[in-house]
Amino acid sequence: MSSRYDRAVTIFSPDGHLLQVEYAQEAVRKGSTAVGVRGSNCVVLGVEKKSVAKLQEDRTVRKICMLDHHVVMAFAGLTADARILINRAQVECQSHRLNVEDPVTLEYITRYIAQLKQKYTQSNGRRPFGISCLIGGFDADGSPHLFQTEPSGIFYEYKANATGRSAKTVREFFEKSYSANEVSTQNGTVKLAIRALLEVAQSGQNNLEVAIMENDKPLKMLDSKDIAEYVKIIEKEKEEELEKKKQKK
Amino acid sequence: METLLGIKGPDFVMLAADTTHARSIVVMKDDQNKIHKVSNNLLISTIGESGDTEQFTEFISKNIALYKMRNGYDLSPHAAAHFTRKNLAEYLRSRTPYQVFMFVAGYDPNDGPELTFIDYLASAKSVNYAGHGYGAIFASSIYDRYWHPKITQDEAYDVLKKCVVEIQKRLVINLPNFNVSVVDKDGVKNLDPITAKSLAAEPAA
Repeated sequence: MSSRYDRAVTIFSPDGHLLQVEYAQEAVRKGSTAVGVRGSNCVVLGVEKKSVAKLQEDRTVRKICMLDHHVVMAFAGLTADARILINRAQVECQSHRLNVEDPVTLEYITRYIAQLKQKYTQSNGRRPFGISCLIGGFDADGSPHLFQTEPSGIFYEYKANATGRSAKTVREFFEKSYSANEVSTQNGTVKLAIRALLEVAQSGQNNLEVAIMENDKPLKMLDSKDIAEYVKIIEKEKEEELEKKKQKK
Repeated sequence: METLLGIKGPDFVMLAADTTHARSIVVMKDDQNKIHKVSNNLLISTIGESGDTEQFTEFISKNIALYKMRNGYDLSPHAAAHFTRKNLAEYLRSRTPYQVFMFVAGYDPNDGPELTFIDYLASAKSVNYAGHGYGAIFASSIYDRYWHPKITQDEAYDVLKKCVVEIQKRLVINLPNFNVSVVDKDGVKNLDPITAKSLAAEPAA
């Protein structure tokens, strides 16, 4: 029955749903997990990239990319759709600099991306973008921000959030273990992000991609050695916690 | 009315540009920087129709920045010069051509320094030394006499000084101040401007 209401994106189903948009959200839920944490002086984005074939060039699988010197984005969903969106956002970042001689604010570029996504849910002959973006970076005043956009064109700001597969689990994890104290240092922020990813990562620590952005500094991508180091620390902390629990019993 | 100078050495490129902004017979401004830093290893100096200079240089700069964002690496100075020339050539054949004269100067870690002369007809030439504007008329003989393939940065700065002295002596237009910038393996650096004042303070050569 519903099949008649999911042909064109612009048509409502009788119970008030836009099915194509919901399918796009489903595509996001199937995508690999992406997390973002806003620290007090940095923003950390992390993704789990699965499906790196044995003979594939690792460097060509990128799910974290720069939009401008001060804006970085991670996404979950259809990579092909993301490429279009990234391109448009990168051009807008430079256009903004050209037009008003200022770098974009995080809210501005997020709104631009969200608006673009919304347009694709309300115009003929198009389909929504099957991606959800986590956009992190710094405003000109040096304040860190983390935003999320969805295929419908909604956007929100977060202290920490996740999207993609088992995003709910990760969000609950963040709600449980996020503390202002933990994210007051860069180390703590990275640790929180990696811990969150490990909660749901299917292939363990090997296929993580983690990026750290600090104000006025180039983006830092952690290599597998650095990540392994963090994982070691995290596991040690977990063990210690278990030990404590045992002693209490 | 305005003047640009450029010298390429074995491992650097040095640019000088006067800082006068004049309209008709009135000097509106005497501290306008005409040497634009485009990226860590690329400078573009521009003169010509005022307005066009800013508009075109910014357009090129932002596109070069966009290239870096998209690809994760910089456009080489050689490629940047070609990109600039092609755009200028396309605008030349449109209803709204840009009247600009420019130098694209950069340092490539692999290919070394590159200095490209581009005029308003979008002819581009990689050169060792050159000038734009009336001042260049007096500079060419000085370049010819003092430039050599192993020229150092200090020597190049001196050559530019000689050019400025000659321009201020012979050219009927008043160009008191010149900004000087250099690009080499360490990136872009602004040197002390060559001014009528600073030259007067030196012992006569």
